[in-house]
Amino acid sequence: MSTAPGMWNITRRSLAKDLRLEWRSKDAINSMLFFALLVVVIFSFGFDPTAEESRRIAGGLLWVAILFATVVALNQTWTRELRNQVLDAYRLSPAPAQALFLSKTLGNFLFVTILEVLMVPLFVVFYNLRSVGPVWQLLVVGVLATWALVVNGTFFAALSIRTRSREIMLPLILFPISIPALLAMVDATTAILTGDNSPFFWIRLLAVYDLVFTSVCFVLFEMVLNAE
Amino acid sequence: MRDVVRHFGRFAALRGVTADFAPGSLYVLLGENGAGKSTLLRIIAGLLAPSRGTVSVLGSTDIASMATRFGYMGHAPLLYDEMSAMENLMYFAALYGCPERERCEAAIRTVGLDPTLERRVGQYSQGMRQRISLARAIVHSPELLFLDEPFSNVDIRSAKQMTILLARMRDQGTTIFVVTHQAAIMEPVADECLVLDAGRLVAREKGIPARLLTPYRAEERAALVSQGGVAQSGQGPAERPEMEAER
Repeated sequence: MSTAPGMWNITRRSLAKDLRLEWRSKDAINSMLFFALLVVVIFSFGFDPTAEESRRIAGGLLWVAILFATVVALNQTWTRELRNQVLDAYRLSPAPAQALFLSKTLGNFLFVTILEVLMVPLFVVFYNLRSVGPVWQLLVVGVLATWALVVNGTFFAALSIRTRSREIMLPLILFPISIPALLAMVDATTAILTGDNSPFFWIRLLAVYDLVFTSVCFVLFEMVLNAE
Repeated sequence: MRDVVRHFGRFAALRGVTADFAPGSLYVLLGENGAGKSTLLRIIAGLLAPSRGTVSVLGSTDIASMATRFGYMGHAPLLYDEMSAMENLMYFAALYGCPERERCEAAIRTVGLDPTLERRVGQYSQGMRQRISLARAIVHSPELLFLDEPFSNVDIRSAKQMTILLARMRDQGTTIFVVTHQAAIMEPVADECLVLDAGRLVAREKGIPARLLTPYRAEERAALVSQGGVAQSGQGPAERPEMEAER
């Protein structure tokens, strides 16, 4: 007879499985990249800013584009678990629900980070961006903001998978709850790019937001997974 | 299980089912579409909670804590299409804390397939997917095995092989529940059959009686065989009278 598996072991294996599935299907990364690219190009046609104006609006444009693209990836995350009802196999197993949540969140974090790494240089070129503040602060904001988007997104995508119109339901739930994080990431980015204000208040706010929502999602995920 | 009721909205899928099951037996659940067979199976396996009533499995009402001792094969194969059979089994075996390669290879061989096959499951035939799904359900050597329509889209030879495997597992002490419409395939090995109708347990018998093995009454069969018989009889292959009497 088998024994109950460990949390980290299952997280690692589920993450490896998700990366393998994504590598083979490229469902999430392709749709996310294409969508984000479209947003950047359309925005660049819509605005013709000076360098100073670019620094003021780039934070907002960048994070809104990433938020929309993230939603595309988040919908894919759970769709592949619904195909062939594979999620039932996980629910029946003794593997901890939190391991699945953590692996999905880490996977999404990786996908969105790849998107950002590819998109930010495009943004710099299209909007002729030069940061006045230190770039390392942008990296800190990037990590905290990406985690804020994916941790909530992964949780609410799981919550909406059993609804009839889940593609619509996810943004309807996710966007309002992400407003504090979105505000913090946009203002922190703008503060660093323009050098006008200190970004640390917003960075602290993002860190607290991450901590609170990671804890809540982690605790509640088992209930969401087993909801009928 | 005692007085188990399950509602889906206003629809009652199960209406007060009470039954006891002995370990190391093979049970076949029969009944028409919508009779409540799959719902009953999912409730015993812990995938669904009853709306009312109690279910106790292996001496415990905390079914989730028994998860390592269950194996489940559903309507859908519960497999990732983009991964090979071996990759699927290695992952699911890991969820049960037994990710040994030899164990997964043995499970795949047990269902009559080749573990070295690198093709992705999505490219398998329906019958092969069913067999890999069975391998997934037994890879952790469960004490209780739940199979929902294991023979759908499986050719008769493969179905017989699966039946032999199930009989062997039963003889080794595994308790097995099989939901099927193909009662004849399970007839040689079934210990008991339970007949559900409209959410109620209407019959429970040793083995599978001959009257449940054929979908036709004698006169229906004769009518179908003779030319134009269906039109003359004025009815299609209706429900068996035994089933009606049992309601």
